[in-house]
Amino acid sequence: MFVRVDLTPEAASDKELAKKLAQICPVDIFEVDGGGSVKIVEENVDECVLCELCIEAAPPGGVKIVKLYSDEVLQR
Amino acid sequence: MRFYEFEAKALLAKQRVPLPKGGTAETAEEARKLAADIGGAVVLKSQVLSGGRMKAGGVKFAETPDEAAGIAEEIMKLEISGQLPKCVSVEQKAAVAKEYYLGVTYDAVAKLPVMIVSDMGGIDIEEVAEQHPDHVAKAHFSTLTPFTDFRAKELIASLGIKGRELTQLTSIVARLVRVFQQYDLTLAEINPLAQLEDGSFVALDCHLDMEDEARDRHQGVLDELGIAPDETRQGRPPTEFEIRGARVDQVDPRGVAGRVVEFEGNLGCVIGAGGGSLTIFDAIQKHGGKPANYCEIGGNPSVRKAAELTKLILSKPGVKKICVIMNVVSNTRVDIVARGVIKGVVEAGFDPADKIAIFRIPGAWEKDGFAILDKYGVEYCDRSVSMSEAARRAVEKVKSGA
Repeated sequence: MFVRVDLTPEAASDKELAKKLAQICPVDIFEVDGGGSVKIVEENVDECVLCELCIEAAPPGGVKIVKLYSDEVLQR
Repeated sequence: MRFYEFEAKALLAKQRVPLPKGGTAETAEEARKLAADIGGAVVLKSQVLSGGRMKAGGVKFAETPDEAAGIAEEIMKLEISGQLPKCVSVEQKAAVAKEYYLGVTYDAVAKLPVMIVSDMGGIDIEEVAEQHPDHVAKAHFSTLTPFTDFRAKELIASLGIKGRELTQLTSIVARLVRVFQQYDLTLAEINPLAQLEDGSFVALDCHLDMEDEARDRHQGVLDELGIAPDETRQGRPPTEFEIRGARVDQVDPRGVAGRVVEFEGNLGCVIGAGGGSLTIFDAIQKHGGKPANYCEIGGNPSVRKAAELTKLILSKPGVKKICVIMNVVSNTRVDIVARGVIKGVVEAGFDPADKIAIFRIPGAWEKDGFAILDKYGVEYCDRSVSMSEAARRAVEKVKSGA
Protein backbone atom coordinates (compact mmCIF):
# COMPACT_ATOMS: atom_id res chain seq x y z
CA MET A 1 0.00 0.00 0.00
CA PHE A 2 2.74 2.44 0.89
CA VAL A 3 6.08 1.11 -0.34
CA ARG A 4 7.30 -0.99 -3.26
CA VAL A 5 10.68 -2.68 -3.43
CA ASP A 6 12.15 -3.15 -6.91
CA LEU A 7 15.14 -5.35 -7.69
CA THR A 8 16.89 -5.64 -11.00
CA PRO A 9 16.97 -9.22 -12.38
CA GLU A 10 20.73 -9.30 -11.73
CA ALA A 11 20.31 -8.29 -8.09
CA ALA A 12 17.41 -10.70 -7.59
CA SER A 13 19.47 -13.68 -8.74
CA ASP A 14 22.63 -12.72 -6.85
CA LYS A 15 23.03 -15.42 -4.18
CA GLU A 16 25.52 -13.47 -2.07
CA LEU A 17 23.33 -10.38 -2.17
CA ALA A 18 20.31 -12.48 -1.20
CA LYS A 19 22.05 -13.60 2.01
CA LYS A 20 23.18 -10.06 2.76
CA LEU A 21 19.73 -8.53 2.24
CA ALA A 22 18.05 -11.18 4.39
CA GLN A 23 20.55 -10.42 7.13
CA ILE A 24 20.45 -6.64 7.14
CA CYS A 25 16.79 -5.78 6.62
CA PRO A 26 15.46 -4.80 10.08
CA VAL A 27 11.88 -5.68 9.14
CA ASP A 28 12.49 -8.94 7.23
CA ILE A 29 11.44 -7.80 3.79
CA PHE A 30 14.00 -10.10 2.13
CA GLU A 31 14.42 -13.86 2.31
CA VAL A 32 16.59 -16.33 0.49
CA ASP A 33 14.42 -18.59 -1.66
CA GLY A 34 15.00 -22.30 -2.32
CA GLY A 35 17.30 -21.56 -5.24
CA GLY A 36 19.38 -19.06 -3.26
CA SER A 37 17.91 -15.98 -4.93
CA VAL A 38 16.30 -12.98 -3.28
CA LYS A 39 12.65 -13.38 -2.31
CA ILE A 40 10.57 -10.39 -1.26
CA VAL A 41 8.21 -11.04 1.64
CA GLU A 42 5.21 -9.06 0.47
CA GLU A 43 3.43 -8.88 3.85
CA ASN A 44 6.44 -7.14 5.35
CA VAL A 45 6.97 -4.53 2.63
CA ASP A 46 4.73 -1.93 4.29
CA GLU A 47 6.86 -2.26 7.41
CA CYS A 48 9.83 -0.75 5.50
CA VAL A 49 11.45 1.91 7.68
CA LEU A 50 13.26 3.47 4.71
CA CYS A 51 16.65 2.85 6.29
CA GLU A 52 18.20 2.28 2.85
CA LEU A 53 20.51 -0.46 4.12
CA CYS A 54 19.36 -2.70 1.25
CA ILE A 55 20.13 0.03 -1.27
CA GLU A 56 23.62 0.43 0.18
CA ALA A 57 24.22 -3.33 0.21
CA ALA A 58 23.28 -3.83 -3.42
CA PRO A 59 25.26 -2.69 -6.47
CA PRO A 60 24.19 0.78 -7.72
CA GLY A 61 20.65 0.58 -9.06
CA GLY A 62 20.17 -3.00 -7.85
CA VAL A 63 17.52 -2.17 -5.26
CA LYS A 64 15.02 0.69 -5.42
CA ILE A 65 12.49 1.68 -2.78
CA VAL A 66 9.46 3.47 -4.16
CA LYS A 67 7.28 5.54 -1.83
CA LEU A 68 3.85 4.94 -3.33
CA TYR A 69 2.40 7.94 -1.51
CA SER A 70 4.75 10.45 -3.07
CA ASP A 71 6.35 8.62 -6.00
CA GLU A 72 9.74 9.42 -4.51
CA VAL A 73 12.28 6.73 -5.38
CA LEU A 74 15.15 5.88 -3.05
CA GLN A 75 18.09 4.44 -4.97
CA ARG A 76 21.82 4.60 -5.37
CA MET B 1 -1.08 -3.13 40.24
CA ARG B 2 -3.28 -3.06 43.27
CA PHE B 3 -2.69 -5.35 46.22
CA TYR B 4 -5.45 -6.92 48.25
CA GLU B 5 -5.55 -5.48 51.75
CA PHE B 6 -4.15 -8.65 53.29
CA GLU B 7 -1.24 -8.63 50.83
CA ALA B 8 -0.60 -4.95 51.48
CA LYS B 9 -0.51 -5.67 55.19
CA ALA B 10 2.00 -8.45 54.58
CA LEU B 11 4.27 -5.88 52.93
CA LEU B 12 3.74 -3.40 55.76
CA ALA B 13 4.56 -6.14 58.24
CA LYS B 14 7.97 -6.55 56.60
CA GLN B 15 8.73 -2.98 57.70
CA ARG B 16 7.24 -3.66 61.14
CA VAL B 17 4.29 -1.31 60.73
CA PRO B 18 1.97 -2.20 63.64
CA LEU B 19 -1.02 -4.25 62.49
CA PRO B 20 -4.00 -5.84 64.20
CA LYS B 21 -3.77 -9.49 65.12
CA GLY B 22 -5.48 -11.64 62.50
CA GLY B 23 -5.36 -13.58 59.25
CA THR B 24 -7.41 -14.60 56.25
CA ALA B 25 -10.05 -17.26 55.76
CA GLU B 26 -11.56 -18.82 52.69
CA THR B 27 -14.22 -20.80 54.54
CA ALA B 28 -16.55 -20.27 57.45
CA GLU B 29 -14.65 -22.88 59.44
CA GLU B 30 -11.33 -21.10 58.92
CA ALA B 31 -12.95 -17.84 60.00
CA ARG B 32 -14.34 -19.51 63.13
CA LYS B 33 -10.89 -20.85 64.03
CA LEU B 34 -9.19 -17.49 63.43
CA ALA B 35 -11.78 -15.68 65.55
CA ALA B 36 -11.33 -18.22 68.34
CA ASP B 37 -7.53 -17.84 68.19
CA ILE B 38 -7.79 -14.03 68.29
CA GLY B 39 -10.31 -14.09 71.13
CA GLY B 40 -12.95 -11.41 71.68
CA ALA B 41 -14.67 -9.30 69.05
CA VAL B 42 -13.35 -9.41 65.48
CA VAL B 43 -13.84 -7.51 62.26
CA LEU B 44 -14.35 -9.44 59.02
CA LYS B 45 -13.51 -7.75 55.75
CA SER B 46 -14.13 -8.83 52.17
CA GLN B 47 -10.88 -9.00 50.22
CA VAL B 48 -11.76 -7.36 46.91
CA LEU B 49 -9.79 -4.91 44.78
CA SER B 50 -12.29 -2.14 45.34
CA GLY B 51 -13.16 0.62 47.73
CA GLY B 52 -16.56 1.11 49.34
CA ARG B 53 -16.51 -2.25 51.12
CA MET B 54 -18.18 -0.93 54.26
CA LYS B 55 -21.11 0.61 52.33
CA ALA B 56 -21.48 -2.57 50.28
CA GLY B 57 -21.75 -4.73 53.39
CA GLY B 58 -18.31 -6.25 52.99
CA VAL B 59 -17.08 -5.19 56.45
CA LYS B 60 -18.82 -6.59 59.52
CA PHE B 61 -18.13 -7.20 63.20
CA ALA B 62 -18.60 -10.41 65.15
CA GLU B 63 -18.61 -10.98 68.89
CA THR B 64 -18.12 -14.75 68.83
CA PRO B 65 -16.39 -17.38 66.63
CA ASP B 66 -19.79 -18.76 65.58
CA GLU B 67 -20.97 -15.34 64.53
CA ALA B 68 -17.67 -14.83 62.65
CA ALA B 69 -18.23 -18.09 60.76
CA GLY B 70 -21.73 -17.02 59.70
CA ILE B 71 -20.59 -13.57 58.58
CA ALA B 72 -17.62 -15.00 56.68
CA GLU B 73 -19.97 -17.26 54.75
CA GLU B 74 -22.16 -14.27 53.84
CA ILE B 75 -19.23 -12.10 52.81
CA MET B 76 -17.70 -14.82 50.62
CA LYS B 77 -20.92 -14.81 48.56
CA LEU B 78 -21.21 -11.02 48.42
CA GLU B 79 -20.26 -9.40 45.12
CA ILE B 80 -18.73 -5.93 45.42
CA SER B 81 -18.18 -3.87 42.26
CA GLY B 82 -18.61 -7.04 40.23
CA GLN B 83 -16.05 -9.01 42.23
CA LEU B 84 -16.38 -11.92 44.57
CA PRO B 85 -13.84 -11.81 47.40
CA LYS B 86 -10.57 -13.69 47.17
CA CYS B 87 -10.94 -14.39 50.89
CA VAL B 88 -12.10 -12.74 54.11
CA SER B 89 -9.77 -11.13 56.59
CA VAL B 90 -10.50 -11.76 60.25
CA GLU B 91 -8.85 -9.29 62.62
CA GLN B 92 -9.06 -8.24 66.21
CA LYS B 93 -11.58 -5.43 66.67
CA ALA B 94 -9.64 -2.37 67.76
CA ALA B 95 -10.65 -0.05 70.60
CA VAL B 96 -10.14 3.12 68.60
CA ALA B 97 -9.59 6.45 70.32
CA LYS B 98 -8.60 8.50 67.26
CA GLU B 99 -8.00 7.92 63.55
CA TYR B 100 -5.24 9.27 61.31
CA TYR B 101 -4.54 9.17 57.59
CA LEU B 102 -1.06 8.46 56.21
CA GLY B 103 -0.27 8.41 52.52
CA VAL B 104 2.66 8.43 50.14
CA THR B 105 2.23 8.96 46.42
CA TYR B 106 3.74 10.85 43.49
CA ASP B 107 3.02 14.47 42.86
CA ALA B 108 3.03 14.66 39.07
CA VAL B 109 3.28 18.45 39.10
CA ALA B 110 6.25 18.62 41.46
CA LYS B 111 7.68 15.42 39.92
CA LEU B 112 8.50 14.20 43.41
CA PRO B 113 7.03 11.73 45.87
CA VAL B 114 4.93 13.32 48.55
CA MET B 115 3.99 12.29 52.11
CA ILE B 116 0.53 13.22 53.32
CA VAL B 117 -0.59 13.07 56.94
CA SER B 118 -3.91 13.99 58.46
CA ASP B 119 -5.22 13.77 62.00
CA MET B 120 -8.67 13.17 60.53
CA GLY B 121 -8.47 9.61 59.26
CA GLY B 122 -11.11 7.09 58.33
CA ILE B 123 -12.72 9.22 55.63
CA ASP B 124 -11.64 10.21 52.11
CA ILE B 125 -8.53 12.35 52.27
CA GLU B 126 -9.83 14.43 49.35
CA GLU B 127 -12.87 15.34 51.47
CA VAL B 128 -10.68 16.27 54.43
CA ALA B 129 -8.38 18.34 52.20
CA GLU B 130 -11.37 20.24 50.86
CA GLN B 131 -13.29 20.80 54.08
CA HIS B 132 -10.51 20.85 56.68
CA PRO B 133 -7.29 21.85 54.90
CA ASP B 134 -5.67 22.76 58.23
CA HIS B 135 -5.87 19.08 59.18
CA VAL B 136 -3.79 17.89 56.21
CA ALA B 137 -0.03 18.28 55.91
CA LYS B 138 2.05 17.42 52.85
CA ALA B 139 5.79 17.32 52.21
CA HIS B 140 7.78 16.26 49.19
CA PHE B 141 10.93 14.23 49.46
CA SER B 142 13.67 13.21 47.10
CA THR B 143 14.34 9.73 45.81
CA LEU B 144 17.94 10.73 45.10
CA THR B 145 18.99 11.03 48.73
CA PRO B 146 18.28 8.61 51.57
CA PHE B 147 15.03 9.32 53.39
CA THR B 148 15.50 10.48 56.96
CA ASP B 149 12.88 10.09 59.66
CA PHE B 150 13.33 13.74 60.50
CA ARG B 151 11.41 14.72 57.33
CA ALA B 152 8.45 12.71 58.59
CA LYS B 153 8.76 14.23 62.06
CA GLU B 154 8.72 17.79 60.66
CA LEU B 155 5.62 17.00 58.66
CA ILE B 156 3.69 15.46 61.55
CA ALA B 157 4.75 18.23 63.93
CA SER B 158 3.32 20.79 61.46
CA LEU B 159 -0.14 19.47 62.44
CA GLY B 160 0.55 20.36 66.07
CA ILE B 161 1.15 16.75 67.12
CA LYS B 162 3.63 16.47 69.97
CA GLY B 163 5.18 14.13 72.50
CA ARG B 164 4.66 10.38 72.40
CA GLU B 165 2.22 10.57 69.47
CA LEU B 166 4.79 12.48 67.42
CA THR B 167 7.48 9.90 68.11
CA GLN B 168 5.27 6.93 67.31
CA LEU B 169 3.76 8.46 64.19
CA THR B 170 7.19 9.48 62.88
CA SER B 171 8.32 5.90 62.94
CA ILE B 172 5.18 4.66 61.15
CA VAL B 173 5.27 7.35 58.44
CA ALA B 174 8.96 6.68 57.83
CA ARG B 175 8.25 2.94 57.51
CA LEU B 176 5.45 3.63 55.06
CA VAL B 177 7.83 5.75 52.96
CA ARG B 178 10.33 2.88 52.98
CA VAL B 179 7.66 0.41 51.83
CA PHE B 180 6.74 2.89 49.08
CA GLN B 181 10.34 3.13 47.91
CA GLN B 182 11.33 -0.50 48.40
CA TYR B 183 8.49 -1.91 46.31
CA ASP B 184 8.24 0.81 43.63
CA LEU B 185 4.76 1.77 44.72
CA THR B 186 2.67 4.50 43.16
CA LEU B 187 0.42 4.74 46.20
CA ALA B 188 0.82 3.66 49.81
CA GLU B 189 -2.01 4.58 52.13
CA ILE B 190 -2.92 3.66 55.67
CA ASN B 191 -6.44 4.83 56.35
CA PRO B 192 -7.29 4.69 59.09
CA LEU B 193 -4.24 4.44 61.25
CA ALA B 194 -5.92 4.00 64.61
CA GLN B 195 -4.65 5.30 67.90
CA LEU B 196 -6.00 2.85 70.44
CA GLU B 197 -7.27 3.67 73.86
CA ASP B 198 -3.94 2.56 75.34
CA GLY B 199 -2.13 5.14 73.18
CA SER B 200 -0.57 2.67 70.74
CA PHE B 201 -1.10 2.78 66.98
CA VAL B 202 -2.29 0.13 64.55
CA ALA B 203 -2.91 0.21 60.78
CA LEU B 204 -6.52 -0.86 60.38
CA ASP B 205 -6.77 -0.56 56.61
CA CYS B 206 -4.31 0.10 53.85
CA HIS B 207 -4.06 0.42 50.10
CA LEU B 208 -0.86 -0.23 48.14
CA ASP B 209 -0.45 0.06 44.36
CA MET B 210 2.73 -1.11 42.64
CA GLU B 211 3.94 0.44 39.40
CA ASP B 212 3.06 -2.14 36.71
CA GLU B 213 6.42 -1.71 35.00
CA ALA B 214 8.20 -2.61 38.25
CA ARG B 215 6.61 -6.04 38.64
CA ASP B 216 9.63 -7.82 37.16
CA ARG B 217 11.88 -6.23 39.78
CA HIS B 218 9.75 -7.63 42.58
CA GLN B 219 8.96 -11.10 41.31
CA GLY B 220 10.38 -12.57 44.52
CA VAL B 221 7.95 -10.82 46.82
CA LEU B 222 5.08 -11.29 44.36
CA ASP B 223 5.81 -15.04 44.31
CA GLU B 224 5.84 -14.98 48.09
CA LEU B 225 2.37 -13.39 48.04
CA GLY B 226 1.18 -15.92 45.47
CA ILE B 227 0.62 -13.33 42.73
CA ALA B 228 1.11 -14.92 39.32
CA PRO B 229 2.90 -12.91 36.60
CA ASP B 230 -0.23 -12.95 34.41
CA GLU B 231 -2.54 -11.75 37.18
CA THR B 232 -3.53 -8.33 35.84
CA ARG B 233 -5.12 -6.99 39.02
CA GLN B 234 -7.47 -4.64 37.22
CA GLY B 235 -10.43 -3.29 39.15
CA ARG B 236 -12.64 -5.63 37.12
CA PRO B 237 -12.02 -8.62 34.87
CA PRO B 238 -10.85 -7.59 31.37
CA THR B 239 -13.49 -7.51 28.64
CA GLU B 240 -13.12 -9.54 25.45
CA PHE B 241 -12.22 -6.27 23.68
CA GLU B 242 -9.45 -5.62 26.20
CA ILE B 243 -8.13 -9.17 25.95
CA ARG B 244 -7.96 -8.79 22.18
CA GLY B 245 -6.16 -5.47 22.68
CA ALA B 246 -3.53 -7.16 24.84
CA ARG B 247 -3.04 -9.78 22.11
CA VAL B 248 -2.44 -7.03 19.54
CA ASP B 249 0.34 -5.66 21.68
CA GLN B 250 1.92 -9.09 22.05
CA VAL B 251 2.20 -9.64 18.28
CA ASP B 252 5.79 -8.37 18.28
CA PRO B 253 8.10 -6.50 20.64
CA ARG B 254 8.26 -3.28 18.64
CA GLY B 255 6.64 -0.37 20.45
CA VAL B 256 3.35 -0.32 22.27
CA ALA B 257 -0.07 -0.53 20.66
CA GLY B 258 -2.34 -1.75 23.39
CA ARG B 259 -3.26 -1.17 27.02
CA VAL B 260 -6.80 -0.94 25.76
CA VAL B 261 -9.61 -0.13 28.16
CA GLU B 262 -13.17 -0.34 26.94
CA PHE B 263 -15.71 2.45 27.37
CA GLU B 264 -19.21 2.96 26.03
CA GLY B 265 -18.60 5.92 23.70
CA ASN B 266 -18.69 6.37 19.94
CA LEU B 267 -15.30 7.95 19.24
CA GLY B 268 -12.54 5.35 18.88
CA CYS B 269 -9.20 6.52 20.18
CA VAL B 270 -5.75 5.72 18.80
CA ILE B 271 -3.87 7.88 21.25
CA GLY B 272 -0.63 8.05 23.17
CA ALA B 273 2.94 9.31 23.54
CA GLY B 274 4.52 10.61 26.70
CA GLY B 275 1.39 10.58 28.84
CA GLY B 276 -0.68 11.88 25.95
CA SER B 277 -3.34 9.21 26.28
CA LEU B 278 -4.77 10.53 29.53
CA THR B 279 -4.60 14.15 28.37
CA ILE B 280 -6.34 13.34 25.09
CA PHE B 281 -8.94 11.16 26.78
CA ASP B 282 -9.74 14.02 29.17
CA ALA B 283 -9.82 16.54 26.32
CA ILE B 284 -12.35 14.45 24.39
CA GLN B 285 -14.62 14.39 27.42
CA LYS B 286 -14.09 18.09 28.11
CA HIS B 287 -15.35 18.86 24.61
CA GLY B 288 -18.45 16.73 25.12
CA GLY B 289 -17.18 13.64 23.32
CA LYS B 290 -17.63 10.04 24.37
CA PRO B 291 -14.49 7.94 24.01
CA ALA B 292 -15.12 4.33 23.02
CA ASN B 293 -11.81 3.25 24.47
CA TYR B 294 -8.59 4.24 26.14
CA CYS B 295 -5.35 2.94 24.67
CA GLU B 296 -1.65 3.64 24.56
CA ILE B 297 0.38 3.78 21.40
CA GLY B 298 4.03 4.75 21.33
CA GLY B 299 7.62 3.58 21.14
CA ASN B 300 7.29 3.07 17.38
CA PRO B 301 5.03 0.05 17.00
CA SER B 302 5.09 -1.85 13.73
CA VAL B 303 2.66 -1.00 10.95
CA ARG B 304 0.93 -4.34 11.58
CA LYS B 305 0.42 -3.60 15.28
CA ALA B 306 -1.00 -0.14 14.61
CA ALA B 307 -3.25 -1.62 11.91
CA GLU B 308 -4.53 -4.40 14.16
CA LEU B 309 -5.24 -1.95 17.00
CA THR B 310 -7.16 0.26 14.58
CA LYS B 311 -9.18 -2.69 13.29
CA LEU B 312 -9.95 -3.77 16.83
CA ILE B 313 -11.24 -0.31 17.77
CA LEU B 314 -13.31 -0.08 14.59
CA SER B 315 -14.83 -3.48 15.31
CA LYS B 316 -16.38 -2.19 18.51
CA PRO B 317 -20.13 -1.65 18.08
CA GLY B 318 -21.14 2.00 18.14
CA VAL B 319 -17.79 3.44 17.05
CA LYS B 320 -18.56 6.09 14.45
CA LYS B 321 -15.08 7.46 13.84
CA ILE B 322 -11.60 7.26 15.25
CA CYS B 323 -9.26 10.02 16.24
CA VAL B 324 -5.51 9.54 16.01
CA ILE B 325 -3.87 11.98 18.37
CA MET B 326 -0.48 11.88 20.02
CA ASN B 327 1.90 14.19 21.77
CA VAL B 328 4.89 15.37 19.72
CA VAL B 329 6.75 12.16 18.93
CA SER B 330 10.47 11.60 18.61
CA ASN B 331 11.19 7.88 18.67
CA THR B 332 7.76 7.01 17.27
CA ARG B 333 7.48 7.76 13.57
CA VAL B 334 4.52 9.67 12.19
CA ASP B 335 4.69 7.88 8.85
CA ILE B 336 4.72 4.41 10.40
CA VAL B 337 1.66 5.16 12.56
CA ALA B 338 -0.09 6.77 9.57
CA ARG B 339 0.57 3.65 7.50
CA GLY B 340 -0.71 1.39 10.26
CA VAL B 341 -3.88 3.33 10.97
CA ILE B 342 -4.78 3.72 7.28
CA LYS B 343 -4.03 0.07 6.61
CA GLY B 344 -6.25 -0.91 9.53
CA VAL B 345 -9.12 1.28 8.32
CA VAL B 346 -8.87 -0.05 4.76
CA GLU B 347 -8.64 -3.67 5.92
CA ALA B 348 -11.72 -3.08 8.06
CA GLY B 349 -13.54 -2.06 4.89
CA PHE B 350 -13.81 1.68 5.48
CA ASP B 351 -12.64 4.85 3.77
CA PRO B 352 -9.85 6.49 5.81
CA ALA B 353 -11.05 9.97 4.80
CA ASP B 354 -14.42 9.22 6.37
CA LYS B 355 -13.44 7.08 9.32
CA ILE B 356 -10.46 9.05 10.65
CA ALA B 357 -11.93 12.19 12.21
CA ILE B 358 -8.52 13.73 12.73
CA PHE B 359 -4.88 12.71 12.66
CA ARG B 360 -2.69 14.84 14.89
CA ILE B 361 0.75 13.32 15.35
CA PRO B 362 3.57 15.81 14.96
CA GLY B 363 7.20 14.80 15.11
CA ALA B 364 9.62 12.41 13.49
CA TRP B 365 9.04 11.73 9.80
CA GLU B 366 5.97 13.94 9.69
CA LYS B 367 6.65 15.00 6.10
CA ASP B 368 6.25 11.40 4.95
CA GLY B 369 3.36 10.88 7.33
CA PHE B 370 1.49 13.90 6.03
CA ALA B 371 2.13 12.78 2.43
CA ILE B 372 0.45 9.46 3.24
CA LEU B 373 -2.51 11.24 4.84
CA ASP B 374 -2.80 13.59 1.84
CA LYS B 375 -2.98 10.62 -0.49
CA TYR B 376 -5.88 9.11 1.47
CA GLY B 377 -7.67 12.41 2.04
CA VAL B 378 -7.39 12.28 5.84
CA GLU B 379 -7.67 15.54 7.79
CA TYR B 380 -4.49 16.10 9.76
CA CYS B 381 -2.73 18.82 11.67
CA ASP B 382 0.73 19.55 12.97
CA ARG B 383 2.00 20.74 16.35
CA SER B 384 0.57 24.22 15.83
CA VAL B 385 -2.79 22.65 16.74
CA SER B 386 -3.01 21.56 20.38
CA MET B 387 -4.11 18.08 21.41
CA SER B 388 -7.17 19.67 22.99
CA GLU B 389 -8.13 21.46 19.78
CA ALA B 390 -7.60 18.27 17.78
CA ALA B 391 -9.86 16.43 20.23
CA ARG B 392 -12.48 19.17 19.85
CA ARG B 393 -12.42 18.86 16.06
CA ALA B 394 -12.82 15.08 16.30
CA VAL B 395 -15.75 15.41 18.70
CA GLU B 396 -17.44 17.94 16.40
CA LYS B 397 -17.09 15.59 13.44
CA VAL B 398 -18.66 12.72 15.32
CA LYS B 399 -21.52 14.94 16.49
CA SER B 400 -22.19 16.39 13.05
CA GLY B 401 -21.60 13.13 11.23
CA ALA B 402 -19.33 14.97 8.79
